[in-house]
Amino acid sequence: MIKEDTLKQVLYIDLSKKKSWVEERQDLFSKYIGGAGVAIKLLHENCKYDIEPLSPENPIIFAIGPLNGLFPIASKTVALFKSPHTGNLGESHAGGRSAIAIRMAGYGAIVIKGKSERPCYLAIHGDKVYFKDATTLWGLEEGLSIGSLIRKQEPGAGLRTIMRIGPAGEKMISYACVTLETYRHFGRLGLGAVFGSKNLKAILVSGKRDLKVTDFKEYKEFYLELLKQLAQSDKMKKYHELGTPANVLPLSFSKGIPIKNLLTNELQRIENISGENFAEKHLGRRVACSHCPVACIHLSALRKPYEDEPYFYRTVYLSYDYELIYALGTMLGITSSEGVLKLIEIVEDLGLDAISTGVALAWSTEAFERGIIDEKMTEGIIPQWGNVEVYVEFIKKIVFSEGEFFKDMGKGLDYAASKYGGKEFALTYGKNEMPGYHTGYGAHIGYLFGARHSHLDSAGYAIDKEAMIKSFNEEEFAEKLINEELWRQIISSLVICFFGREIYTPEMILKCLKLAGYELDEDMLNEIGREIYANKYLFKIKCGFDFENLQLPQRIFELPSAIGELNQDFAQKIINILKEKIKSLL
Amino acid sequence: MPVFVKDANKCVGCLICMFACGRAHLVVGVESSCIKVRSQGGISRGFSVFVCRGCEDPPCARACPEDALIIRKGGGVLLKEDRCTGCGYCVKACILDAIGWNNAKNKPVICIQCGECAKSCHYKVLEHKRV
Repeated sequence: MIKEDTLKQVLYIDLSKKKSWVEERQDLFSKYIGGAGVAIKLLHENCKYDIEPLSPENPIIFAIGPLNGLFPIASKTVALFKSPHTGNLGESHAGGRSAIAIRMAGYGAIVIKGKSERPCYLAIHGDKVYFKDATTLWGLEEGLSIGSLIRKQEPGAGLRTIMRIGPAGEKMISYACVTLETYRHFGRLGLGAVFGSKNLKAILVSGKRDLKVTDFKEYKEFYLELLKQLAQSDKMKKYHELGTPANVLPLSFSKGIPIKNLLTNELQRIENISGENFAEKHLGRRVACSHCPVACIHLSALRKPYEDEPYFYRTVYLSYDYELIYALGTMLGITSSEGVLKLIEIVEDLGLDAISTGVALAWSTEAFERGIIDEKMTEGIIPQWGNVEVYVEFIKKIVFSEGEFFKDMGKGLDYAASKYGGKEFALTYGKNEMPGYHTGYGAHIGYLFGARHSHLDSAGYAIDKEAMIKSFNEEEFAEKLINEELWRQIISSLVICFFGREIYTPEMILKCLKLAGYELDEDMLNEIGREIYANKYLFKIKCGFDFENLQLPQRIFELPSAIGELNQDFAQKIINILKEKIKSLL
Repeated sequence: MPVFVKDANKCVGCLICMFACGRAHLVVGVESSCIKVRSQGGISRGFSVFVCRGCEDPPCARACPEDALIIRKGGGVLLKEDRCTGCGYCVKACILDAIGWNNAKNKPVICIQCGECAKSCHYKVLEHKRV
């Protein structure tokens, strides 16, 4: 890396002592690049393996990489922590203004430890760290207004990120998210609950600086080339136009979109919640993360009348994506776009992870139908496919009810189904709820073995898509999954948005890294990727994670996927091969 | 008026123009950018974009006590760096906040009317007109 680069600065913040300090860690950033690579080393250094995830000892680590601030669509921040949802590796990525703000503030990583005595928020303006009182912000039920209150208090407009939690985070729901810039999230695995456990309501980061490259002329030419590709390439078109909801119709034709807890693969009027229909009826504005020209964030304008006041309306802007339409739409049998938006609104207001919430609701609906749970437990709420109003109430109960059943639901679906039964149709993988792809072996086994049990670990749905045309054997499935996950360690260490992964080929990445002062070749990159992956898995294992406990939900074998009916023996063979492969990488 | 804001409603807030402005001043980053992009009180309300409109009678030049800002033919001003003392009056005089600041040099960064920002914008928020 370039000697003067401030990327090597790690900002430590101790909330208990209200102290902060900076350590220079060129060693980490030279060896592991940044992002996920550096963050996992910092997690090993700062997190004892046997601690409770919601105790003050659990650190929150944010890290960015050398390409943030230098190249377009390098726009992501990686957050690592011990997950209150799974009890092992917590990893979540978000864009918004976060990565550029941290870079411009002069840091490569931020480590937050301890617990504030009272609710507080952190304001990090360049090299100044302020511990601010947030007792007035605590308990505010309108999740979105926190941002505006802090915006008013603090400088740095235009170049700052404001990460905050809602009521779900305060109440430490194990899948509470952290929201930034109103529409982006550290969504999965419960970072919001970790914030809540620390009495940390929000973090603002702002800064301004110029960065260095090894050769400015070459940099400028290469930058323009990348910008051109991002604008013109067909590879980016899907994100530009309809955005990720473009996938709703194709996945519904191929039977790959999960419907009603995978009880069926037919949903009448699914076209009402297609990307096309959302765009036509609701698309109100498109926005972008800092330093990304793609603007994949699609905001819908939902006009809502006041029931008691004629000619009075309010218009709310809500961001929608494929995963939300799946989790809060098809999974719950909801086929009106307004209905999906109403659920998105409540999930945003409360600060929950949309995917985990939707999957938990779907299980509850089926469990209710089967008599596993009853009206007494749900405090009179009868969950019912397609009933938006009831689901809104159910979600509120998860966050606010003191009743035993809802308290259990707030600990994640795996916890609830282990206690009440119905595990065979609880769609969880390593305790994390299922993403929106019932496409085949790639997707399901990818969730199961991905280090963070996410579709983003290894994009198994893309492997299934290939498998629809060309058949793969067990070995090939395993190989493809692991190779993709290994390569993604590099992308998430730079930190480039996965949407740009087809533009950022290894060759391109090496060129970018050279301009950032890294002399590497492809073999070295691959070795770094392997090491990062191994460090993640070792963290999981040291926290008590065991391959042998991993199990696919029985339900997925009962309903044909996009590549047809799934065979248990075939799946088991892939799993066995993967276990061996992963062990050999550690 | 070499660069003007054609339609801020189309701005997605990506800040690509700010980075382009930095590059036009031979740096990487946003500190030296003369352009400012700000949300209108939350991202859902959209963005405002502020860029030097190349005033014919520029208040920044009038505010400069050292005559370091020279009126440029065709609009805007040119900075005579050797005369500038870094007092910052020009920045205060610009109601658009379209003057950047280079902390290392402690001097303003003045729009050179190059149009790189407009060229880099995917959404045609800015337009560059040669005068």
